[in-house]
Amino acid sequence: MSFPWAKNYEPQQPLMKWLDEKLPLPRLVYNAIGAGYPVPRNLNYFWNFGVLAGVALVIQIVTGIVLAMHYAANAGVAFNSVEHIMRDVNAGWFIRYAHMNGASMFFIVVYLHIFRGLYYGSYKAPREMVWLLGVVIFLLMMATAFMGYVLPWGQMSFWGAQVITGFFSAIPAVGDPIRVWLLGGFAPDNAALNRFFSLHYLLPFVIAGVIILHIWALHIPGSSNPTGIEVKDEQDTVPFHPYYTAKDGFGVGVFLLLFVTLTFFSPNLLGHADNYIAANPLSTPAHIVPEWYFWPFYAILRAFTFNFLWIDAKLWGVLAMFAAIALLFFLPWLDSSPVKSSNYRPLNRIFFWVLVADVFILGWCGKSPAEQPYVLLSQLGAAYYFAHFLIILPIISRIERPLPMPNSITEAVLAKHADAPSAATA
Amino acid sequence: MASETDTTAGIEDGVRRRDFINIAAVSFAGVGAAAVVLPLVNQMNPSADVLAQSTTEIDISAIQPGQAIKTSWRKQPVFVRNLVPAEIAAAKKVPLSDLRDPQTIDERTKPGKENWLITLGVCTHLGCVPLGAAEGENRGDFGGYFCPCHGSHYDTAARIRKGPAPKNLVVPPYEFNSDTVVTIG
Repeated sequence: MSFPWAKNYEPQQPLMKWLDEKLPLPRLVYNAIGAGYPVPRNLNYFWNFGVLAGVALVIQIVTGIVLAMHYAANAGVAFNSVEHIMRDVNAGWFIRYAHMNGASMFFIVVYLHIFRGLYYGSYKAPREMVWLLGVVIFLLMMATAFMGYVLPWGQMSFWGAQVITGFFSAIPAVGDPIRVWLLGGFAPDNAALNRFFSLHYLLPFVIAGVIILHIWALHIPGSSNPTGIEVKDEQDTVPFHPYYTAKDGFGVGVFLLLFVTLTFFSPNLLGHADNYIAANPLSTPAHIVPEWYFWPFYAILRAFTFNFLWIDAKLWGVLAMFAAIALLFFLPWLDSSPVKSSNYRPLNRIFFWVLVADVFILGWCGKSPAEQPYVLLSQLGAAYYFAHFLIILPIISRIERPLPMPNSITEAVLAKHADAPSAATA
Repeated sequence: MASETDTTAGIEDGVRRRDFINIAAVSFAGVGAAAVVLPLVNQMNPSADVLAQSTTEIDISAIQPGQAIKTSWRKQPVFVRNLVPAEIAAAKKVPLSDLRDPQTIDERTKPGKENWLITLGVCTHLGCVPLGAAEGENRGDFGGYFCPCHGSHYDTAARIRKGPAPKNLVVPPYEFNSDTVVTIG
C-alpha cells in the first residue's frame, strides 16, 4: 500500500508511543488521511466529492438517530409523530429538514462524484474495484433513501412503497408471493412500515462499511488525477495532510453553505406537497413522482409501454431500470481505451456531455406525467442511455485518437504554470 | 508430524478419520444454519392478524346502474360497479384477439349477475388505484378505468386495453349471499 516515499508515522510523545504499540489507530489515520498518504499534486475540486459524500453520510446518521428518538414506526401514528417532530419537539423542525435535505445533498454530491469518475476514467484499471464498490454504495443509498421516504407515511410515502414493491410483482410466476413476502401483507401497511424503519436504520451502517472497503481499495493504487497519468515519483505527489485536508476543508465549507441555504430558505423545494397528506390506501394522488434523484431511472421504467418479444411491458420496464444501474458494473470492461482522462480523449469528451444531457432529459421525463411527448422522449432517452454504454463507448474507445499526453503529472503541472506568465504578458 | 501419521495409520483407502469429522461437522453446522434461516425468512410473511382480515361483506343495494363504489378487502381497494346494458354490450363487442389478457365479460362476472363487475382497484402495473369509480373521474379511452400513474386504460369490463399494465384488473373470489349482499374472500 502507498508509495515508497510515503512518510512514516513516528510518534514522539511517550503516550502516543505506548498507544502505537497497543493499538496503532493513530498510525492508521496518519497513513489514510494524514501526511503518510501521498496524493497526486494536481487534483482539482472535483476530487472533493468523495470527502463530501462521507460528510453527508455522517450528517444523515447523526440527524437520523436523533429523529428515531421521536418517531413512531406504526401506521396509525407515524404521520402524526412526524408532525409532532415538526411542531412540538425542540428544534425538531430543523433536524427533520436537515435530514430531508441532507438526503438530496448526499445524492447531488454522489452524482457529481460518479460523473467525475466517468469523465476522468476513474473506473479504469487499476481502480476497477473502487468503482465496483462505489456502484454497490450507490445501490445501497437508493434502497436506504426509498425506505426513508416511506417512513413519514404520507400519500407519496405510501404510493411510492406501493409502486416500488410493485416492481417485484413483475417477476414471472413468483412475483406476487415475493411482493407479499416483502410487504408482510397484501398492500403496504404496518408490517411494511416497521421493517422499512428497521432496515432504514441498518443500511447506513452497511454503507459506512462498504465505504471503508471503497477507501481501502482506493488507497492501494492511490488516487487518480485529472491527467489520468499514474504517479511516477515523489515530485508528482504531495502529502494528503495538510494539502488536501485544507482543500477538502474549503469544499466542505461551500457544501455546508449550500446545504443550510436549502434547509433554511426552501426546505420543501425538493419535496412533494402530497406527502403532507396522511397515507390513504383508497386514493392514489393524481401524479405520483419519486424523489428527484430517482427521476432518470423512473423515466426508463416508464419508457416501456408495449410488449416486446415474449416479455410484457411491465417486466421490460423493471428489467431496463435495474439494467441501467447494473450496466455500471461492466463499465471498466466496456471502455477499452488505455487513456483515462477525457481531457485527452476528444471523442469521449463529446459523448460524455451528450450522456449528461441525456440523463437530464430522462430526469425531466421522469418528473413529468406519463403522456406525450414525455413517453416518446423517455423512450429515445432510455435507448440512448443503453446505446452510450453498449455501443458508442466500446466503438469510440477503439477508433479514437487521443491527444498527445505529458510524460508525468509534474510535467503537466509545470507546463500549465509556464504558460500562465506568457498569457499574462500577451 | 507424529499425530499426522497416527490419524492415517490403519486406513487403507486414504480417507483420514479427520476428513470425515470435518465434513460431518461442517454439514451439521450447515443444516443448523439452514434451520435458523427458515424462521428468519418466514417472519416476513403476512402475520395471522393480517390474514384474518381476508373476508369482507358488502351491501350493494344502494348502487344504481352506472354507478360504482370503492370499498376495501385485505387493505386493498375493491371496485363494485353496476354496469349499464350499453357498457355490457360494448364489452361483448370487442373480439378476444384485440385483448392483451383475453377474457370475456362472462368470465369476469357471475352468471345472471353480469351487470355486477367486482374487481380489485389495484392497477396490475405497479399497484396504483385507477380512476373511474367515483362520479366525474377520468375513465380512460375505453370507458372503464384509467390509471394516472403510468397511463393504463381499462375498458368497461376492467380489461387492460392500452398502457403498460400486463393484466386485466383482478376479479377477487366472491359469492352473492343474496341479491344485495356480496362476500369477498
